[in-house]
Amino acid sequence: MQIQPILATLRHHKLTAILLTLQVALTCAIVCNVAFMILQRVQRISLPAGIAENELSVIHSRFIGNDSDPWVKQHKADLEQADWAQHQVDLAALRAIPGVESVAAVRFALPLDKAESSYGTCPSKQALDRAMQLMSMHGAGCIDVSVYDGSPGLITTLGLHLVEGRDFSPDEYVLGQKDPPVAIISNALAQHLFPGQNALGKELYVGKRIIRVIGIVGTLLAPNLHGASRNDDTMIWPQLAESTGVFYVLRSAPRDRARILREAKAALLKLGPGRYINPKYVETYTQIRAQYFQRDRTMIGLLIASALGLLFVTALGITGLANFWVGQRTRSIGIRRALGATRADILRYFQTENFLIVTGGIVLGVILAVGLNLLLMKHYELSRLPLWYLAIGAIVLWLLGQLSVLGPALRAANVPPVVATRSV
Amino acid sequence: MFGYYLDLALRSLKRTPVLTGLMVLAIGLGIGASMTMLTVLHVMTQDPLPERSAHLYTPHLDPLPINFKTDPMGTNPNQNLTWQDAMALLHAHRATRQAAMAGTDSLLWPQRPDLQPFFVDGRFTTQDFFAMFDVPFLEGSGWTAEDDQAGAHVIVLTESLARKLFGSANPIGQTVRLGASYAVPQGFRVIGVTPDWAPDPLFYADASASFYSDADQFFLPLSLSVTSHSETGPNFGLTGNISGWGTSNGDKLRDPDTTWLQFWAQLDTPAQVRVYRKFLIDYSAEQKSLGRFQRPATNAKLYSLMGWLKHENLVPDDVRLQFWLAIGFLGVAMLNIVALLLAKFLRRSGEISVRRALGAKRRDIFVQFGIESALIGVAGGLLGLGIAQLGLWSIRQRPDDYAHLASMDPSMLIGTVALAIVASVLAGLLPAWRACRVPPALQLKTL
Repeated sequence: MQIQPILATLRHHKLTAILLTLQVALTCAIVCNVAFMILQRVQRISLPAGIAENELSVIHSRFIGNDSDPWVKQHKADLEQADWAQHQVDLAALRAIPGVESVAAVRFALPLDKAESSYGTCPSKQALDRAMQLMSMHGAGCIDVSVYDGSPGLITTLGLHLVEGRDFSPDEYVLGQKDPPVAIISNALAQHLFPGQNALGKELYVGKRIIRVIGIVGTLLAPNLHGASRNDDTMIWPQLAESTGVFYVLRSAPRDRARILREAKAALLKLGPGRYINPKYVETYTQIRAQYFQRDRTMIGLLIASALGLLFVTALGITGLANFWVGQRTRSIGIRRALGATRADILRYFQTENFLIVTGGIVLGVILAVGLNLLLMKHYELSRLPLWYLAIGAIVLWLLGQLSVLGPALRAANVPPVVATRSV
Repeated sequence: MFGYYLDLALRSLKRTPVLTGLMVLAIGLGIGASMTMLTVLHVMTQDPLPERSAHLYTPHLDPLPINFKTDPMGTNPNQNLTWQDAMALLHAHRATRQAAMAGTDSLLWPQRPDLQPFFVDGRFTTQDFFAMFDVPFLEGSGWTAEDDQAGAHVIVLTESLARKLFGSANPIGQTVRLGASYAVPQGFRVIGVTPDWAPDPLFYADASASFYSDADQFFLPLSLSVTSHSETGPNFGLTGNISGWGTSNGDKLRDPDTTWLQFWAQLDTPAQVRVYRKFLIDYSAEQKSLGRFQRPATNAKLYSLMGWLKHENLVPDDVRLQFWLAIGFLGVAMLNIVALLLAKFLRRSGEISVRRALGAKRRDIFVQFGIESALIGVAGGLLGLGIAQLGLWSIRQRPDDYAHLASMDPSMLIGTVALAIVASVLAGLLPAWRACRVPPALQLKTL
């Protein structure tokens, strides 16, 4: 196959060829970056929370009894203690629902649930002092850690895996916001606070509190994702819910969840003081997770749609133009055929022409893609585009080009030599 | 001549139906995608109070200690004002109207036996709020300065909450009972009913609000937020960021180191704005000389309403990104059409040279092809309109807080078709120019 005559023809249609090249280049640049964004979002929404996500249901209850409520009158002296006592009654009732394997009461935070409380945590007294001096944790070796709390049974209910150490013992639990003596931390936090050491038994300095690490769990995602290096920096404190509002977490077989939520709501409304159950917070953990990533899923759909749309429009352009050129060159194709060119020669001619144009587009597109990536990195927290995306983008565009040109090229190959003898 | 060119264009397009279809589809997809996103951006950045916004300003002070470091992930205490500063600005009366405010989420105890207690969003504010934001009243009116001073137990309801509580009965003079958990609910006398009024975005809300979906259902005098306590604690839950940097405990809301209030002022003339800006700086300087403020007095800022929304940066990054993506799409679609039109027009070199030889001027050829491109634009615009409506419909199905706003107003509808025509005429410029330069004689020879 000689490239010379193809180049000569293209020179004839310089402007059109350049336009098509530009279109391929822009498509290549945008599609490479879009594909990269899609993959990043997919990675984000598939982060494991580290808990038994498919087996959990969550229901929020809030006491709203007022002063005329007999329960409130009776417990006025120590409402906090009374609240926890009532939560225990609730927990027992929830545990009695058929199909419920275990339950726990949590004040407000669950992985990916957005409500968050976090504390600056230091691995040593010196680090804490340094942080106080700097008025910032950065540079002092301290980390902002998301804290979970929960009643006994939380570890089992969430389905967390203790990789080292033990669960809390009953005497380690404190009521509400009192300072806990011990904590269970995530593996990631253990490595971030005590790199190269065993974190078990170490003491954490959290403001004025000194808390001993008694257990380490595997993955445990924070309520909000703040970035890959921080997502897993979490710990659990043995605190008992003393608040009027409380989340009950129920573990069961996945298929029982809808029924259990219904029964749990009915059971809670029957019990104890005046109670408000917000229908918004009667949901499976799967729903909580879906809400957290809702925007990401919209974005993934949109990105896929626009990438496909772009490729489609570019394929349209290539087919349209190739069709046109075939029509325009029917006579010269006929002459070539009459002079002895085979069908395969004609087919290959158009395929090579397309390959040349698309290659030009890809070369330009790769440069544009890197430029676009730099721009996106500056304005929209995107990371650097790995080079193999460009390679895949190039292959996709070559294939797309060949596919779009195939129809017109076959039509050209079918032009009979006799056309050469006809006038236009 | 126009009719003739139109006829020529139609004939030409009909001769190549597939190619024409491809071009219309390409421009339609490009226009549909970009107009969908343009509409979303348009509704998200619209003026929430078109008649008032030019005169509304929000002052911001900087009472933070000099060595205070703001957590980039967390909230900035400077977003809001302290009780002390808000009261000082309020009582200075330097603006035509001014109001301080804060969001609340209260437990409402209905008197109707068939209704369970429920939580409802509302706002604490001061007297001028209604007149300053031009809130209409269906019945009754707002409260007076004396009510503000005394912390009178009065309440203004929105229509739907009034109807929910009192049905068709006249709500004025009725009592609404509000109270936190375990507290004795207190009674508030209804003195006014407004229509369901909520600017989009809810510009006066705290930074933690969902600006496009939150709405206030009742309004109470601000002084109640700090005075209304029962045995078990404050009677109202406040929504929004309450952030402090001090160590003093006790009455947290009135603590000079705790910010939680929003403040708006009506300033009618540029001179008034200048004077008010100076007043803020003077006030800061005074506070600094008293030792309360540590940072430069010139840190005090006065934002206009639209300036404040811009500062708050309400449009999510994702929406911006989608917009640029759509623009890129339109660009590729246009390039596509330029190439196709060029090939198409130049293929008709024979026809052009005949027309030129018969006396058509270059301008005539140019206009003829321009009309053909515009025709493709009209068809593409109509298709794009359909695609954009589909796109907006699918956005309205999403649970995002701005989703319900995603629909086109008449100006956007016209804009869509106009953009399509402009885009296709632009795309036709180069091909038409090339076509009109086809020399008459040379092409005739090849026929």
